[in-house]
Amino acid sequence: MRRRGAGVGAINKSKLAQTKYKDKGYELAADQLEQMSKQLETFRDHLEQFASKHKSDIRKNPQFRQQFQEMCASIGVDPLASGKGFWSEMLGVGDFYYELAVQIIEVCLSTRHRNGGLMSLEELRDRLAVSRGRSQQAQDISLDDILRAVGKLKNLGNGFTVIQVGRSFLIQSIPGELNMDHTTLLQQAQVTGYVTISFLVENVKWDEERAHRATDHMVKEGLAWVDDQAPEERQFWFPGLWSGISA
Amino acid sequence: MDRFYWSDSPLKSDESLVFQQTGVRLYDGDKKTKFDRGLLILTTHRLLWRDPKDQTCTVALDLPLVVFLEEKPSGFAKSKPPGPVTSSVYNFVLLSFREAGETQFFRSFQEALTQKRWLQSSIPVQVAAQSSIQNRQIRTGITGIERKMQAKNKQMEQNISEAFEDLSKLIDKAKEMVDLSRTISNKIRDKQGAITEDETIKFKSYLLSLGIPDPVTRETHGSGAMYHMELAKELSRVLEKPLQECGGMMSLTDVYCWVNRARGMELLSPDDLLNACKMLEALGLPVRLKIFDSGVVVLHLLSHSEEEIILDTTKLLEEKKSLTADELSQLVAVSVVLARERLFATERVGGACRDDSTQGLRFYPNWFLTRPV
Repeated sequence: MRRRGAGVGAINKSKLAQTKYKDKGYELAADQLEQMSKQLETFRDHLEQFASKHKSDIRKNPQFRQQFQEMCASIGVDPLASGKGFWSEMLGVGDFYYELAVQIIEVCLSTRHRNGGLMSLEELRDRLAVSRGRSQQAQDISLDDILRAVGKLKNLGNGFTVIQVGRSFLIQSIPGELNMDHTTLLQQAQVTGYVTISFLVENVKWDEERAHRATDHMVKEGLAWVDDQAPEERQFWFPGLWSGISA
Repeated sequence: MDRFYWSDSPLKSDESLVFQQTGVRLYDGDKKTKFDRGLLILTTHRLLWRDPKDQTCTVALDLPLVVFLEEKPSGFAKSKPPGPVTSSVYNFVLLSFREAGETQFFRSFQEALTQKRWLQSSIPVQVAAQSSIQNRQIRTGITGIERKMQAKNKQMEQNISEAFEDLSKLIDKAKEMVDLSRTISNKIRDKQGAITEDETIKFKSYLLSLGIPDPVTRETHGSGAMYHMELAKELSRVLEKPLQECGGMMSLTDVYCWVNRARGMELLSPDDLLNACKMLEALGLPVRLKIFDSGVVVLHLLSHSEEEIILDTTKLLEEKKSLTADELSQLVAVSVVLARERLFATERVGGACRDDSTQGLRFYPNWFLTRPV
């Protein structure tokens, strides 16, 4: 009998086929979930083995840590996403970074009145080293560690961002936007720690109005200090760019 | 930086020049050394750095010692190399290219490492090894100590290489899991594979364990992972009292610090905290998450009333004639960020007026509304 492609019969047949396929699809997904569950157990074992050999390496070796992070990122895994994750539980990476994040918050808070919530990455690292102490437990904190911890803090909504200024990084810990002009200003100020209006006009080719707007914003936000005792003209100093520790 | 050694300039017999670059600074780990603005020379066997002002000052590193090489945005790092420092905390060195040229150098360096030309000329090396065996092994004194350190470093080297290998294998296995989870996610999204509620919850917990972001199931299946729900309940319980003590509201960063300091171990990730807080409303708990226009995120008690705060702030403004966020924060004992939000909230209903200048942001009672003309 010739197969008909049209008519009620055909519609019913295709509906039946669709339901069958859907059930099959249901099965397939459930099967795969089952498979994943088994694979997860095996993976857990592997991770345990790895941890027993290398857990202390991760703690002690900043470069190994960084390598670990990069490799996870390359396959689309975020080992710091949850304290409940395998990585955190078995390798202890979580506690390391989450505690570092707490310390970063505290350091930034304690210096905010001085630098308006902007600090160089190096200064942050130095201050953290001091507050973590020189005990055996205090491990080497690399700049990469800090950047990753700060990256995780972004979602908490307190304005933690990393700003790239030239070749180095600044950590911002207050909400508030810094636009292109402000970043350029910071870049210019990096060398000497301060800028003047005429310096900006000459070197960055801004008109006076624009230079004033940018510096005014910095002063208002508490990121820059005004120095009217300078010989020629007013200087704007940026405590956030001063590296090294002062009391 | 203790694997470098002083060297005389001429290249060895089978060593040849690969690439050179001026304006390079050496860093011991993250610390600057005095080797700045020099000529960095890459040969088939070694990496040399020469001081342009003093041609006899050259430091060298044997390429076989370089375990790992990578490029960083500002210069690039190698592990194990380092130079004329007798001991170093770091096991890596940074090369900072002041006059650019890093990409090509990096490429040449990688090539030189893969080619391993130093292995081809093994005869002179063997001869050297034999003669050193014939020398007495010095175990005491400075040399002895140095030898011990060298041995220890070598051991660490081996450990680290092994660790890197193990890590690669582990990550490969993890990748399989990631791919599988993606297939499942896709099936769910394309509705080609339906799974039950229970199975969805299981799947979510798998994703959480592996640290795989979970956009699909979150969209289509509302509720978050079990873990976050439990966490939300715990947070609400634990935070009620502290919230009452500090005026009913705490910024999320403060909550993060507070909770983790209290825990001591098994800390929460920022994401965990955020995800749990997102579920507070759905679970009908007395603590709620609030996101202000400025982007500030807080947790507050449900019983905490916005109107009361505004009335309170307006009264304070009348009393003090004007307030900045700093001043208010000290008066009311809340953080500066929250004090600022109070002033903004009061301003929004017309209870305050702002004065925005380089002296800072100051608020005044709103006489436009309250004082008769």
